[in-house]
Order: sequence, then C-alpha cells, then structure tokens
Amino acid sequence: MKSEKESIEDIKAIRRIMEDSSRFLSLSGLSGVFAGILAITGALVAWFFILGTGPFRFGDYFGSMTSGAAITLKWKLLADAGVVLLLSLFFAFCFSIKKAGKDGKSIWNSVSRRLLANLFLPLFAGGVLIIALMINNQIHFIIPCFLIFYGLALVNAGKFTMGEVYYLGILEMITGLVAAFVPGWSLLFWIFGFGILHIGYGVVMYRKLGV
Amino acid sequence: MKDLISNINKVFESRVRLGIMSVLMVNESYDFNSLKETLDVTDGNLASHIKALEEKGMIKVNKQFIGRKPNTSYSVTETGMTEFRLHLKALENLIREQ
Repeated sequence: MKSEKESIEDIKAIRRIMEDSSRFLSLSGLSGVFAGILAITGALVAWFFILGTGPFRFGDYFGSMTSGAAITLKWKLLADAGVVLLLSLFFAFCFSIKKAGKDGKSIWNSVSRRLLANLFLPLFAGGVLIIALMINNQIHFIIPCFLIFYGLALVNAGKFTMGEVYYLGILEMITGLVAAFVPGWSLLFWIFGFGILHIGYGVVMYRKLGV
Repeated sequence: MKDLISNINKVFESRVRLGIMSVLMVNESYDFNSLKETLDVTDGNLASHIKALEEKGMIKVNKQFIGRKPNTSYSVTETGMTEFRLHLKALENLIREQ
C-alpha cells in the first residue's frame, strides 16, 4: 500500500510536470527592464535625431513638410522601431538561455515553440496592418496599432508562460486603445507602453523570481 | 477508508506513468521526443509505459507525417481523464486521512 510520503511525492511530481510541460518559465525579469530602457532610448533617438525636436504632435509635424521628406522620415522612424524590437528580442533570448541553463532546462521545446507561434501570429497581423497604414499615410494609428497588437500577442502567449505576461498584454492593449483616441501624442504613449510598462513588469518579475 | 483506496489505480502505480498522464492532462497532445525530454527517461522505458497506458485505454496514439518524417503524438482519452482524476482524488484523500 502507498505511504503518505509517497503520495505527497507523487502529487508534487504531478504538479511540477504539469507546469513544466505546459508553461515556458525561463523568462527573466531583466528582459522586461532591458526592453523598457531600449524603447525609451528609441523614443528619445526618434525625438532628438529623427524628428529634430519639432512639434510634439505628429499631425502638425507631418503637415508642415513636403511629401517626399515625410516619406523618408516615416521609414527612418520605422527603422528606429525595428532596431529597438530586434535588440529587445536579442536580450530576452540571451537572458532566457542563461536562466534555462541555470535551471537545467532546454530553451527549445514544444512549449517554447507553442509560445512563439502564439506570440508571433498577432504580431504578424499587426505588422502587415502597420505597413498598410504607412502606405496609406494613416500615421496617427501606427503606434496605437503597435501597442494593441503587441498587447494581443502577449495575451495570447500568456497561456504558455507566467500569468503576469497576460496582464502586461491587457495593459498594453488598453494603452494602445487610449492612444488611438488621443491622436498626435503617440511618442508619449510609446514611452509609457513599451518603456514604463516593460520596466514595471521586469522589476515585478525580478523581485518575485530573481534573475 | 476502503472506498478511498479502491480508487488508487494500479495502472498509474509508476512515476513515469504518472508523468505521462500529467503531461497529457494539461496539453492537447504531446509528441514522443518532447515527452522523453520533459520526463527525462530513456526511449525504451517511455515506450513500454506508453504501451501499457494505451492498452488500458488511458491514452491514444496519433500517427501523422510531417513532410516525410513520421511523427507520433499522444493524447489522453475520456476514460484516462476520468480515471486519472479519481486517482488524484484518492491520493489527496489518502494524505488527508493519515
């Protein structure tokens, strides 16, 4: 017959295996902090070096230039955002490898594959929509779309990692929706959504789980 | 007391089988290699426990081809789900009773 100790061990093992097999937990809070700092840096670069500290409201700004100059500017801003995204992903990837290594887990398994698929599907839709908005000159809605689709991606991926990612997603989504109603202040919403929220999330996770 | 223990299912009396069932309870399906990695067991060991669970109707095998490579994945059956829940309940009761 089973002893009490054995039963407790069994239940512990069951719980651990259920979690390990369905959630990717090798995410580091530091990834969030780095992504936040990079996003704010990206916004400052856009503000000081690309927009040249012109009027803060995008609409006024673009309205005051020739269409050729506006197009160059748009692509420069997109490149800036792209660099921020790539660097953030790179750091997240490095921190995850380190954390997984420390816990003796692998980073490429069926859970992480599902996590990535669920993350990138909404991001892909958002990316295509943003290109369409750029082509059609709907500048106001680009940053709201970034935030909304990123939020949806996190909500979707949250099922396969820590629950906090899900709530971060909801906050990003709300930030994006508010931004859509307050046209022209996109850069500030960008700093709040991608900068402050990420740093906040990172600090919370870091204090909860360590590196 | 007797009632509680009668639900302890002999089919699940092994850590590997408990592991397989745990994975399949929370995932729609799982392939052989991922199971092997998660549970940290050898091919032969995993295969024999899978076979036992399959014969008892607790899990089902889905054979597919991804491109040209065969890919075998497993999922839990209705029976397996019910039986495993009963087993878990019995384990919990056992701890509480003693």
